[in-house]
Amino acid sequence: MPGLPLFWRGNEGEAIMPNATYIALIPLLPLAGFLMLGIFGRKYFKNTSGVIGTTLLLISTVLALYTAYGYFFEYGKIDGVYQKLIPLKYTWLQFSEGVSIDMGIIIDPISVMMLVVVTFISLMVHIYSLGYMKGDERFPTYYAFLGLFTFSMLGLVISSNIFQIYIFWELVGVSSFLLIGYYYDKPSAVAACKKAFIVTRFADVGFLIGILVLSFYAGTLDFNTLIERLTSAESTEFKTAVAASFMGMSALTWGLVLVFIGGAGKSAMFPLHIWLPDAMEGPTPVSALIHAATMVVAGVFLVARLFPVFAISSPDALSLVGYVGAFSALIAAVIACTQTDIKRVLAYSTMSQIGYMMFALGVSKYGGEDGLGYTASMFHLFTHAMFKALLFLGAGAVIHYIHSNEMKDMGGLRKYLPITHITFLIACLAIAGVPPFAGFFSKEEILLAAYQSNQSIYWVALITSGLTAFYMFRLYFSIFWNREAHVHGEHKGEGGFAMMMPLVLLAIGAAAAGFIPFGHFVSTDGARLETEFHLMFSIAPVALGLAGIFIAMWLYKKASDKPDKIASSLNGLYKAAYHKFYMDEIYMFITQKIIFNLIGRPAAWFDKNVVDGLVNATGNGTKDISETIKGLQSGKVQQYAIYFLVGVIGLALLFIYWWN
Amino acid sequence: MNLSLLILLPLLTAIVILLMRNAAQVKWVALAGAAVQFVAAFVLLFQFNHQRALGDKAQMLFETQYNWFPSWNISFHLGVDGISVAMILLTAFVVIAGVLVSWNVTKMTKEFYFLLILLSLGAYGFFISLDLFILFFFLEIAVIPKYLLIGIWGSGKKEYSANKLALMLMGGSALVLVGLLGIYFSGTEHSFDLMRLSQLNIPVSVQMICFPLLFVGFGVFTALFPFHTWVPDGHSSAPTAGSMFLAGISMKLGGYGCLRVATYLLPEGAKEYATIVIVLSVIAILYGAFATMMQKDLKYINAYSSVSHCGFVLLGIGMLTKTSMTGAVMQMVSHGLMTALFFAVIGMIYERTHTRQVNEMSGLLKRMPFIISVLFIVGLCSLGLPGLSGFVAEMTVFVGSWEHPDTFRRVATILATLSIVVTAVYILRAVTKTSMGPLTTGFEKLTDATWNEKLAAVILLAGILAIGLAPFWLNDLVGPGAEIIMNKIGK
Amino acid sequence: MMEPGLYHMLFISATLFFIGVYGFFTRRNLVTMLMSVELVLNSVNLNFIAFNKYLWYDKMDGLFFTIFVIAIAAAEAAVAIAIIINLYRSHNSIDVENAEELKY
Repeated sequence: MPGLPLFWRGNEGEAIMPNATYIALIPLLPLAGFLMLGIFGRKYFKNTSGVIGTTLLLISTVLALYTAYGYFFEYGKIDGVYQKLIPLKYTWLQFSEGVSIDMGIIIDPISVMMLVVVTFISLMVHIYSLGYMKGDERFPTYYAFLGLFTFSMLGLVISSNIFQIYIFWELVGVSSFLLIGYYYDKPSAVAACKKAFIVTRFADVGFLIGILVLSFYAGTLDFNTLIERLTSAESTEFKTAVAASFMGMSALTWGLVLVFIGGAGKSAMFPLHIWLPDAMEGPTPVSALIHAATMVVAGVFLVARLFPVFAISSPDALSLVGYVGAFSALIAAVIACTQTDIKRVLAYSTMSQIGYMMFALGVSKYGGEDGLGYTASMFHLFTHAMFKALLFLGAGAVIHYIHSNEMKDMGGLRKYLPITHITFLIACLAIAGVPPFAGFFSKEEILLAAYQSNQSIYWVALITSGLTAFYMFRLYFSIFWNREAHVHGEHKGEGGFAMMMPLVLLAIGAAAAGFIPFGHFVSTDGARLETEFHLMFSIAPVALGLAGIFIAMWLYKKASDKPDKIASSLNGLYKAAYHKFYMDEIYMFITQKIIFNLIGRPAAWFDKNVVDGLVNATGNGTKDISETIKGLQSGKVQQYAIYFLVGVIGLALLFIYWWN
Repeated sequence: MNLSLLILLPLLTAIVILLMRNAAQVKWVALAGAAVQFVAAFVLLFQFNHQRALGDKAQMLFETQYNWFPSWNISFHLGVDGISVAMILLTAFVVIAGVLVSWNVTKMTKEFYFLLILLSLGAYGFFISLDLFILFFFLEIAVIPKYLLIGIWGSGKKEYSANKLALMLMGGSALVLVGLLGIYFSGTEHSFDLMRLSQLNIPVSVQMICFPLLFVGFGVFTALFPFHTWVPDGHSSAPTAGSMFLAGISMKLGGYGCLRVATYLLPEGAKEYATIVIVLSVIAILYGAFATMMQKDLKYINAYSSVSHCGFVLLGIGMLTKTSMTGAVMQMVSHGLMTALFFAVIGMIYERTHTRQVNEMSGLLKRMPFIISVLFIVGLCSLGLPGLSGFVAEMTVFVGSWEHPDTFRRVATILATLSIVVTAVYILRAVTKTSMGPLTTGFEKLTDATWNEKLAAVILLAGILAIGLAPFWLNDLVGPGAEIIMNKIGK
Repeated sequence: MMEPGLYHMLFISATLFFIGVYGFFTRRNLVTMLMSVELVLNSVNLNFIAFNKYLWYDKMDGLFFTIFVIAIAAAEAAVAIAIIINLYRSHNSIDVENAEELKY
């Protein structure tokens, strides 16, 4: 933005405010792209829509980097502490005194970090899709939806108001719905998009009620004020919120747990994870963007946003976050070992890694050295976005080449897809936690944080990290080594510059992102946090990771019957894991059998027969009575006259009787 | 602005329609009339805001009063506050869209448009009258055209539905009339004037009797459980514009009456019966939603979902806080626009596919991208997506309901919030089934929307987006009106 | 010879009334029925006059009413006969038994 200053410096003693105009442009440019391509795309931008969307996003990315530079190095710090700045706030809907939905921008370390991550990954996906989606019939619509998603996600991360975050939360949900259902004539895609929307919607009810609870006790919806009021032990709001209790838990804990349910739904935490694997029905770049790097970490981001309240006021809620995260990480890793659809493997791996981020938050405390888990979680979010997006885009390249998602159709592809092969390997090494790739650094910090505060979670995490290395290399060897795939003749190579450039850029990110001194920028209280590495501590996880890799190599490098033998020796467990521990079946049972058959059907029946029956009975009753008494209306005048006479005489007698 | 204009314009349109000789003339006259109403409604909105900005604090603006029946203290008393202005805007939007989607009506075109315009006349009159007698008069004017619209231009079991609707609504009106007379004869001063009555203190014993009469009477119009069964049958048998008017305007007459007459005039009654109102509205919300899940006909789906959505209106009124009442009015406006659009889209689909059964169509997105996009948007509005009007209204009701600290109301609110999941289930089921998946064979030749249908959809969408993206104007418009009602209750 | 008193008048009037009622119930011919109705009306007239003469001889209200009744009876007869003629045209009969379409 030439001509516009980076930030406004107020008078002496006033806060420094960054220039809101260009920060607001970051989400608004993709929105403009959505509107333009969504409304006019089919007619006017049939072929140029990809370029338009990508250009707009490129500007956003530059602005986001500019903001990050300005915030982290120019104006963000006061006395060595990063500030939470609100350069823009606009009252959108005023409910009552103090309670209003404001549309605002909050600039603090995590939101700036997320701005960079979201715009960067989204840009990569935009570029990649230029090649991947080329020739698709609904090309403009695709870019319109990508724009909508990017807008919503960026709006989510800069939300300054808890209701604002809910608004964008729903919007990312719907963009995810639209993109999963992009191939709308495929019944499985339709089912998957519905499932994703409804499951997350169910979790959002929890979020909504949580918002209502928190806002009621805090008397505000504004994040900064809310956190301030609910964390200081002296404030009246805090006292009432802790004093009020319901079923043995304080109102504050309830509120936070409910908010976490919302986050768990979006972040695919157990038991609300069932939508994520199915969501892989969407186009692969979309899976990379939404279901790996950005939207699914929204739950982590939400907990991080409210972290002071969790950590200071309600350790119970925070430890729930920790246990749910750890359990999800483990169970997803186990399931991932058995899946054969490569995107599903990646989906479960995403769930597992998000579990890492969650329990890292769960084991953290507020302030100083104790806040290591928080920093580690955000760090892992950052690195994970890089390597998981890379994995998905690499998988996309493979699928593009082989036209199948199934491992059994693949093998030996390293000769045909050399760039994809190398970048995929880098990503696998990164996620397995092999030094010096990015995943190693963030995972070490998480394990260290867990080790320092909760041993049981630490052991779960350690086992999971071994499993992670195993299933990722199972995937890698099955795709690129193993037996020779039957590659059909007419192939056009790896997909051109548009598809390879993002892979290379992300591979650089996945290899090098770990060297960023993350604690200097992101920490619980905004102050600088020095993270150090203990060589001794790193031995166990790295050794486990390498062991996992070697086992995978032994089993899958050459085609053999070893994996099947092991699978059959672990019969029950293997089957259960292969069927995702029957979670889908349980959900189907609850929804179909209980909700539809035991509530929906009786309600409809009741309405049709009882309520409407009463209405009809009133009508029919009236009709029946008329039927029976209509004989009196015989049409014979003289009969009427007799009735009349009898009536008159009767009345006369009655009056005479009364007079006496 | 002289409010009589709002009654005279439709009246004039109706008369001119009767003088026209062929269908084309009738349509254009009706469209011109509706357009003038539309403009008039906006003029009213701007003048109202202008007047308020100038500092006019009067409760009702643009009051006009003519003696009508002096010996009974009945006067032709008109006036508007923010709530009425919002409802008038809604009516204007729905009327113009209704006229546009009926462009292809060939059977007795003149009579059809005459009745549509007559219905709008009743609605405008109802929303601006400040005298209970003429309020009742306009309420009845709005009922009778519906009977004919369904009975003559309807489909399916239209006679049954028309009779059911007319009888149930007349039954509701009868209760309203009894309640109004009860209020009229309650004090020493016999008056039908709303403003006068609000200053008189109606004895508590009278309030206890009249509140249920009025609330149930008006509630029948708003699909109060268990008096809602006219809604599905009536809507599904009505012609497209009829359903739009029915759900978009008529059901709102009841909500407005519950708020303006029952709750405002009888605050003690409202407090006493709040529990029952809340219970019934929560039942309507959840039960309507679950019943919708089982429907297979698109019109039935939308009709049952209207029961559920109108439950939010009654819940907002029953919760008796300023925010929840504002939310109730917003929900009326939002639901009016949304459901009118929903019925319009269903009508468009039906005109092409000749079926409304969800199971008999699929993949329509391929053939009619515009119509199905609108169906998606309106479905998302129905399930409360932010950026569209439904979200704003429902959230306002929720936040308002949550302002009570007592457990009963908390539980009621939580139960009501659960409905948003069920709503998502049935809306997605209907929308994805019809529009996604492989195209049904036989539908390859279907065409997309025509100019009139596009215009109607765009007008209603504009309303939905105007509320959804920038709700503050509606909030500022409605809020003060709700506050006055609350002040009376608080006293 | 005894001066006729109020009771005589009332007796005659009552007799006339019941003759009229009896005729109305039993006759099938519409014209006869109409005549019976006239009898009933005239019995009422007689009552009015009798009461006026014997109880409030300084007032004229009874006479006025009698004149009213006569006028209305004339009008009624005109209407009734018109109906009967129409009925005859459509049914070829003025039997009341044949004119019972107006039912239910």
